[in-house]
Amino acid sequence: MKPPTSLKTSVLFPLNKDKILLLGLRVLAGLSVISLLFILFYLSKEAIPVFKNIESIKFFTDKSWHPLSGEYLLLPMIVGSLLIMAGAMLFSIPLGIFAAILSQFYAPAWFANVMQRLVEILSGIPSVIYGFMGIIVIVPLLARFEAPGTSVLAGVLVLSFIVLPNIVLISRNALSQVDAIHIDNAMSLGLSRYAIIRHVILPQAKSGLFTGIVLQSGRAIGETLAVLMVCGNVVQIPGSIFDPVRTLTSNIALEMAYAMDDHRSALFLSGLLLMGVVLIIILVAEKISPRENTV
Amino acid sequence: MNILPTNNNAADTLLKIASWISGLFILLFFGYLLFDITINGISRIDLGFFHNTPVNAGRQGGIFPMLISTLWILALCLCIALPIGLATAIYLAEYTNEKQTLTRFIRRSLNIIAGVPSIVMGLFGYAFFVIALQLGFSILSGALTLAFMVLPLLIRSIEDSLRAIPQSYRLNAHALGLSQWRIIFQILLPIASQGILLAVILSIGRAMAETAALLYTSGYVMRTPDSMMDSGRSLSVHIFDLSMNVPGGEQSAYASALVLIVLLLMINIFTAFISQIIVNKSIR
Amino acid sequence: MKTTAIPAHLKAVPDNYQVAPSASQLPTHINIENLSLIINKQLIFDSLNLPVYKNHINTLIGPSGCGKSSLLNCITRLSDYNKAKVEGQILIDENNILDKKIDLIALRRKVGMIFQKPVPFPMSIRKNFSLPLKEHGIKNRHDIEEKMEQALRAVGLWKEVSSRIDSSADKLSGGQQQRLCIARVLALEPKAILMDEPCSSLDPIATAIIEELILNLKEKYTVFLVTHNLAQARRIADFVAFMWYHDSHGKLVEHNHADVIFENPSNPITAAYVQGLTE
Repeated sequence: MKPPTSLKTSVLFPLNKDKILLLGLRVLAGLSVISLLFILFYLSKEAIPVFKNIESIKFFTDKSWHPLSGEYLLLPMIVGSLLIMAGAMLFSIPLGIFAAILSQFYAPAWFANVMQRLVEILSGIPSVIYGFMGIIVIVPLLARFEAPGTSVLAGVLVLSFIVLPNIVLISRNALSQVDAIHIDNAMSLGLSRYAIIRHVILPQAKSGLFTGIVLQSGRAIGETLAVLMVCGNVVQIPGSIFDPVRTLTSNIALEMAYAMDDHRSALFLSGLLLMGVVLIIILVAEKISPRENTV
Repeated sequence: MNILPTNNNAADTLLKIASWISGLFILLFFGYLLFDITINGISRIDLGFFHNTPVNAGRQGGIFPMLISTLWILALCLCIALPIGLATAIYLAEYTNEKQTLTRFIRRSLNIIAGVPSIVMGLFGYAFFVIALQLGFSILSGALTLAFMVLPLLIRSIEDSLRAIPQSYRLNAHALGLSQWRIIFQILLPIASQGILLAVILSIGRAMAETAALLYTSGYVMRTPDSMMDSGRSLSVHIFDLSMNVPGGEQSAYASALVLIVLLLMINIFTAFISQIIVNKSIR
Repeated sequence: MKTTAIPAHLKAVPDNYQVAPSASQLPTHINIENLSLIINKQLIFDSLNLPVYKNHINTLIGPSGCGKSSLLNCITRLSDYNKAKVEGQILIDENNILDKKIDLIALRRKVGMIFQKPVPFPMSIRKNFSLPLKEHGIKNRHDIEEKMEQALRAVGLWKEVSSRIDSSADKLSGGQQQRLCIARVLALEPKAILMDEPCSSLDPIATAIIEELILNLKEKYTVFLVTHNLAQARRIADFVAFMWYHDSHGKLVEHNHADVIFENPSNPITAAYVQGLTE
């Protein structure tokens, strides 16, 4: 090995392995960003035609959703999606947070561990399976109270169960990340357990909780198959919780197969709508806690 | 687990009761759910279930084609997502820092992709891969769509593993004159390898649970695919079909659900195992 | 950067350093000329002029925060990774190594660096050597082993580790790890070796071993050592440069033979520092 004589690089070959590496990495990384823009672009491209032929007001004022006859009332499905999401969140948020409080503060360690493991497994279970159980158990159960069983309530229940494990996980995480300093301070002041939880820990964990909940509601509104399986899929604004209903997501899943032209464009539009909702949700979540890991 | 003082007052007792009710409800309800699936599913499962083809629209027979399709879609999805995900993660971890606008932009884009409802992703996959690229209903279309969905999770996890490596290794390596190429591939990636494995396993779990995105991309037909351009039905789609369209298919649906849950369980256990190794290694 | 309150009568007289009078004919290996460093819009040190003499132990002393470590980083261009702005020149063998066209890999081979906390790569001892050697063009396994053994012998580690060359370098003690890092640098056959407080994380016995090693090194290499430890500087230094604060950035106050600095410094702050009054 001869010692290097010159410290200067050859001017002819400034390109070296590292520069090529950086270039390659930049290209591949750029692909990730471009994919998002591409998805948006493509969905829009497919949805645009609908605006040429149909005035948007029709989505809210037409008599019904019968694309084949030119009726494009989206409103009942928007209502359906929102109702079911809201109902599910209403049900699972308190349950989830209380369960997390249990794990974190009241239950013995072994119990908390069992529950943690269980909830971790549950959060990974595909929603189809929950939908399946909904058909097998919940729908017949509800049908006994009031036909037909496939209803808003069934959808709310099934969706709650899908979302619940995640809420427990997120809540537990948010609670456990509260800085011990605050808790120590509270304890040295002689506060009771309830007071500490209510006035010290919960406020500290608020942003983590909010973010997690907001994101879960995004997932909830995007849920397709499970609600499709148990909601009855009738396009109407439900009069009672026992009425069947159809969500935007189920609508896409049901009609994609045979939709054409404007009908198809309308479905893409509802897809864009959903994406818009999710976008808003994510921006809200980022505002609440900018450093939160949302993936 | 926080240890808090247990001076009981009325409010505390109420909270305690509410929490226990919620916790027990969850435990019992979901425990029952898993129990129910196991009991009803296990009766249908024998060795034949795994390598027989479905008979009578799936009411009898096995799930072999679905297992093959699922496996293939997963494998292909990883082959696509891993290089891109790895490259993006490396780029983010080694060439950017948190404060740059580029980093935040990439992160936000990934978060948004992660939030896209799976049916909308399926819509995209259908319009683009199936129709525009003319890949048709195929394993490939499904894998591509799934790769998009799995990418944010993969990137974030790998990036975290890389960022966790102390800066001193990089500094020392640079001081020795090592090129960036060598530093990344022969020092950093080996150190982060377990974290990367974890990320991959997590992504597999996520992909395996996907259904809606595959409905209109990988297809519905219950046949064993011969090539990746063939269509195939994944296990989760099979469960969907059995419960919705096949009266009398509940038994098979139970069994398929059980298989799927067990597979996911194994992934879960493996993940916990690898995490434990990582934790043990960092305590030196 | 912390700013120590300077007693009024000890305010530094700027631009007051003396080149060691009889040493000015000694060949300099590295020549730092008018060097200023700015990181994140903050001035770290200003207009540094410092010759580093060939085959001698040159030391740099001073309180923390003056930019001593940053100076070392500039010489190996590690400052590039901190988004640092460097003004001035650093000449090594007539080349200004701050120039954009400099081959960094060749530079870092000529000028090795040892850090405060020993950081062997978490791999086998053999791999710790083969990685840099391969990077610098030595691919033959036999050659690699030869150089590795040579370097390990030079730091006195060969007998201790020859039986476990393939086991992880993590398992060595702190002192052994630091010697390994030094050996790793020696295997590349540098001309100069920079050391940033190499003994500060080691116990006294390991420190003594390393100090003896450093004394042996000056025969073949130029050593530039940053240290907090005045006793250490007294023990092994040939030349001492002293940095202090001036307006919250670092400045070179005095530079001379070691015995002059310790027995008869010209600057009152130097005098106070080496007496141990200000730190």
